[in-house]
Amino acid sequence: MNWGQIFSNTLESLLTPTTLAYALAALGLAMHFGFAGLLNFGIAGFMAVGAYGYAISVLTFGLPWWAGMLMGVAASIVFSLIMGIPTLRLRGDYLAIVTIAAAEILRLLFLTTAFEPVTGSADGLFGYNNAGGFNAANPFPPGSYGFGPWTYNAEKLWVVTFGLIILALCVFLLWSLMRSPWGRVIKGIREDEDAVRALGKNVFAYKMQALIIGGVFGALGGIVYAAFANVSPGVYVTSLTFFVWTALLLGGAATIFGPVVGSIIFWVLQAFLTNVLPELAVNGILPISGTQAATIKYILIGAGLMLLVIYRPQGIFGNKKELTFVK
Amino acid sequence: MLFLSALNPKRLLQALIVLVIALIVGAGLFTTPANADSVGDINGPGVSGNVRVDGEPVAGVRMIVEGGGYSAETVTDANGQWFIGVPSKDPTYNVTIDESTLPEGVVVLEGEPTQQVTLDRGDRVVKNFFIGEGVRNVVSFGDQLIARLVYGLNFGLMLGLAAVGLSLVFGTTGLSNFAHSEMVTFGAVAALILGSTLQLPMWVAIPAAVLLSGGFGWALDAGLWKPLRKRGLALVQLMIVSIGLSLAVRYIFQYFIGGGTEQLPGFDAPKIPLFGSVALSVTDLVSMALSLIVIGAFAWWLMRTKTGKATRAISDNPDLAAASGIDVDKVIRVVWIVSAAMAGLAGVLWAYFRPGIKWDMGAQILLLIFAAVTLGGLGTAFGALAGAIVVGVLVETSSLFIPADLKYVGALVVLILVLLFRPQGLLGRKQRIG
Amino acid sequence: MSSNQTPEKATGLHIGTPAPGCKKTNPMLVIDHVKKSFGGLTAVDVEHLEIPTGAITALIGPNGAGKTTLFNLLTGFDSPDTGTWSFQGTSLSGVPSFKVAQMGQVRTFQLTKALSLLTVLENMKLGAKNQAGEGLLKSLIPSIWRKQDQEIEVKAMELLKRFKLDTKKDDFAASLSGGQRKLLEMARALMTDPVLVMLDEPMAGVNPALTQSLLDHVLDLKNQGMTVLFVEHDMHMVRHIADWVVVMAEGKVVAEGPPSTVMKEQAVIDAYLGAHQDTDLGVVTGRITIVDEGDK
Ligand SMILES: Nc1ncnc2c1ncn2[C@@H]1O[C@H](COP(=O)(O)OP(=O)(O)OP(=O)(O)O)[C@@H](O)[C@H]1O
Ligand SMILES: [Mg+2]
Repeated sequence: MNWGQIFSNTLESLLTPTTLAYALAALGLAMHFGFAGLLNFGIAGFMAVGAYGYAISVLTFGLPWWAGMLMGVAASIVFSLIMGIPTLRLRGDYLAIVTIAAAEILRLLFLTTAFEPVTGSADGLFGYNNAGGFNAANPFPPGSYGFGPWTYNAEKLWVVTFGLIILALCVFLLWSLMRSPWGRVIKGIREDEDAVRALGKNVFAYKMQALIIGGVFGALGGIVYAAFANVSPGVYVTSLTFFVWTALLLGGAATIFGPVVGSIIFWVLQAFLTNVLPELAVNGILPISGTQAATIKYILIGAGLMLLVIYRPQGIFGNKKELTFVK
Repeated sequence: MLFLSALNPKRLLQALIVLVIALIVGAGLFTTPANADSVGDINGPGVSGNVRVDGEPVAGVRMIVEGGGYSAETVTDANGQWFIGVPSKDPTYNVTIDESTLPEGVVVLEGEPTQQVTLDRGDRVVKNFFIGEGVRNVVSFGDQLIARLVYGLNFGLMLGLAAVGLSLVFGTTGLSNFAHSEMVTFGAVAALILGSTLQLPMWVAIPAAVLLSGGFGWALDAGLWKPLRKRGLALVQLMIVSIGLSLAVRYIFQYFIGGGTEQLPGFDAPKIPLFGSVALSVTDLVSMALSLIVIGAFAWWLMRTKTGKATRAISDNPDLAAASGIDVDKVIRVVWIVSAAMAGLAGVLWAYFRPGIKWDMGAQILLLIFAAVTLGGLGTAFGALAGAIVVGVLVETSSLFIPADLKYVGALVVLILVLLFRPQGLLGRKQRIG
Repeated sequence: MSSNQTPEKATGLHIGTPAPGCKKTNPMLVIDHVKKSFGGLTAVDVEHLEIPTGAITALIGPNGAGKTTLFNLLTGFDSPDTGTWSFQGTSLSGVPSFKVAQMGQVRTFQLTKALSLLTVLENMKLGAKNQAGEGLLKSLIPSIWRKQDQEIEVKAMELLKRFKLDTKKDDFAASLSGGQRKLLEMARALMTDPVLVMLDEPMAGVNPALTQSLLDHVLDLKNQGMTVLFVEHDMHMVRHIADWVVVMAEGKVVAEGPPSTVMKEQAVIDAYLGAHQDTDLGVVTGRITIVDEGDK
C-alpha cells in the first residue's frame, strides 16, 4: 500500500477549487438554515444557476468573464425571487420539498435536449473560461507553485486564489450581517416568525433577503467550481445538496466558520476514503471489489450524516446552545 | 434593500406565472434546433439510426428514446442521421420516430412508430424505420390523450401506493421521510433476489417481497425511529437523519446489485391492444388491479379497523390520542410496517413500469411521491392518493405538450403553483396561530 | 402603586346603556360584522364592537368562545370571511400583521412565543421600532446603528428591571421559566412603544406572587396612556383591574359593561355556567391553572 500517495492526495483536498466551492455553498446554507431557519434543500440548484449563468453568458451572449459571473449571481437572485414568493409563506417542511423540487426542475431544464444549443444538454458546457477571458486574466505567469501536496500550476493557482478571495469576502459579509440588528431579526425569525411579525417586522422581506444572500453565496460556489471544471448537469443532482448539508452540519450550521471548516473536513475525509478503500480492496485487505470500494465511501457518508445529526447536531465547532433544532 | 420592501406579492405572482408560461412556450420554440444530431454521452452506449426516404436523407425528424426511467430525444441532422446516448445497456429501450415531423405523406410502413431495441450485443445498436409514401395511421389527439390518461392512471395508482404510506408516517410522526424512496427500491430488489436469483415463481416472489418490505419497515422503526423519538430529536433533525439513511441504504443496494439495471421475469410481456390506441400488457393490467385492490383494502383498514381509527386519531392530535388510551408507539409501529409494505409493492410495480430495477430507482420518483403527498395536503392519506393520481396523469399527459425528457418538470411546476394558491394542499387544513 | 387597594377605574367610557355593541365616547378599535368560520364552526361572529381608548378592557368568555381567534383577526394574523374593523380611524382590513404592529397595535400570544435561542436582552432589543441597523445595507456599517443600538439597550434594561428580568439579560430565553417568558413577551411588546396592547391570557401559568406584579404592570400601562385589551379567565383579576368587560360566547359578544355590573348579567352567567345559575361568577371560575405549554 502506498500510504505516501494516499496521504498526499488526502492533504491536497484541503485547498482545492472543489473544497472552496463547497465552502461557499455551505456558507449559503448557513445563512438559510443556520441563521434564518429556512429549510433549503435546493442548494444544488443555486450552484447550477451560478455556473450555467456564467457559462451561458459567456458562450451564448459573448460577455467577458466578470460580466458573465455577475450574470450568474443575478440569475441566482431571480431564482430566489421565483422560489421565495410561493414558499416563504409556507411551513418549513413545504419549503424543503419545494426547494428540492425547484432544483430538480432546473436540472431537468439544463439536461433536456430542447435547449441543447444553449445548455449543451447532457454534455454540459466548456470552453467559457477561455472564451470569456478568465484564463487570460490570470496574473500568475506559467510555472509550478507551492510545495508537497499543494503544488499548483498557474491555472489552478489562479482559480484557488480567486475562490479564496470570494470566500473571504463572503465570510466577512456574513459576519458583518449576523452581528448587526439585521442579523438579530433573522435569528428571531428562525426561532418564531409569528413573534417577530407581532413586533412589526416584515418577516417576508427579511426571509427573502436571507434567501437571496444565501443563494448568491451558493451561486458563487457554482461559479468557482465552474471556473475550474466544466459545467455538467450531472453534477447538480440532489445528492450534491445532501453533501453540502453534510459539510455544513459537520462544521456547525449556526456559525460563521463552521461551513468552511466543515467543507474542508468533508473533502479531506472523502479524499482519504476515495484513496484508501480501493487500495485496501486491491491489496486484499478488504474482501471486496474495486467498484464496491467506491460505493462504501457513499454508504459511510450517509451513515456519518445520520450519526452527526443524532449525536452532535450543533456540529463539531458549534455551541450546543446555539443550534439545537428547536422546531 | 428598498426593492424588497416595495415588493407587491400580487404583481410578483403575475410575473411568476408569466415566467412559467414563457418557460413552457420557450420549451416549445426550442424543440427543433437546426443541427442537433446527437444527445447524451457520445462515447457511451447509445442508439443511432439513419432516416431516409427513397435513398434521400430527411433532416429534422424527431426521435425519442425512452426506457429505464430515462428519456431523451433529438432530431436528425442534414444527413438524416441521429444518435442518442443512453445511461446503461441493460434495459430495453423504446425508440419512437415522430411521424408528424416526417415530410407530407411519408409514414412508417412496417410496424409501429414506436419500436423496442436492446443493447445486449454491444454498446451501440442501430435502429432504422422502414418509412415511405403511405397513408399515415394517424392517432388522433383524442386517442393519444385517452391512452396517456390510462397510462397516467396506472402510474398514479402506483405512486399512490407509495404516497399514502409516506403521508401516514408524516401524519403520525411528523417525519418527512426522505428514505421512503429506499423502501420503494427495497421491494423491487427483494423481488429481484427472490424471483431472479432464487428462481421463485413471481406469484410467490412478489408477495414475499412485500412481506419482506413490511419487515424492513418494522426493523427501521424498531432499530432507528423509535429510539430516536425516545431521544426527543426535533423533526428537522429526524428529516436530516432520513436523508443520511436514504444515502446509506441507496448505496448499500448499489453495493449488492451494482450500478446497472436488472429485469424481473415477465417485464417484456407483449402489449395487448384494448381500445382506441390504448395497449396494455398483462403486467400493466395486473399492476393496476393490484394497486386498486391494495388501496381499497388500505382504505378499509384506515376507516374501519381499530388500528386504522387509532392511526387517524393520532394524526389528528397525538397528545389527545395518547391521553385517551391509544398505545401510540404500537400504532406507529404498525404504520411503519404498512407504509413500508405498500412502498415495497409500489417498488415492484415501478420495476415493471420503468421497466428495470436499479439501485436508485426509488430516488427517481421520490420527488413525485412528495409532490403527490404535498398536493393532497401533508398528512392526509386520501389526499395523498388523489395527489398521486393527479401527478401520474400529469406526468404522462404532459409529454403530449412538452418534450418527453421534461415530463417530470410539469408535475413539479404544478406542485409549486398549487402551493401558491392553496398552501395547505388540495385537501389539507390550515394551521392554527396563537 | 399598591395593588392591595382597588385601583381607580376609568368612567364615562360609553354612550347610552351598556349593551352588546354600544357606542363609546372615544373608541380605539371599531369592529363591524367580523365573521370567521373554520369548516362548519363559526368561531367569531361580531356584529359591532368598540374598544374604548385609554382604558383597560377585558375580553372574557368560556373556552372556545373565539377570543384568540378575534385577536388573530384584529392583528392581521388571520383574515376574516367578512367584516371590517378600524384602529384609531384607519381601516385595518387586509393590512398584514407586521404593519398592524407598526401602527402601534401590538399583541402577545396565548402560547408564549419567547425566541428561545436569543438572549433575554436580544429578545428585548428586537422589539424596538425603526432601527436603522435592521436595513440590509445599513446593517453593514456599524457606525450608522451603533449609537441607536446603545439607546435601545438602555431602554431595554429599564424595562427588564421593571419586570425583574434584568439579572437574566444574558441568558437564553429558552432557560426562563414559563411565567418569566410571559413577562419577557410582555416587556418585549412594550419595546415597540405601542398605543394599544393586546394581551392573550397574560396571567396564565404565572404564579400568584408574580401575578400581583403583572397586574401592576398592566395598570401601569394605562397610567402611561396606553390602551389595554386583554383576555383572562380569572374573574377576580378582571374585576380588579378592568374598566370595561366584553363577554364572548360561541363567537358572539353577549354582553359588555363595567365589571361591577356585567358579571351579574343573566346572559353572562348562562354563557359561563350553563345549568349552574344564581352563583357569583367570580366564585365559580376563580383561578384556572393552565399547564405550562411554553417549554415544548
Ligand atoms: N385554525 C383553526 N382551525 C380550526 N378551528 C379553529 C382554529 N382556530 C380556532 N378554532 C376553533 O375556533 C373556536 C374558537 O377558538 P379560540 O382559540 O378563539 O377560543 P378562545 O376563546 O381563545 O378559547 P380559550 O379561552 O380556550 O383560549 C374553537 O372551537 C376552536 O376549536
Ligand atoms: Mg384563547
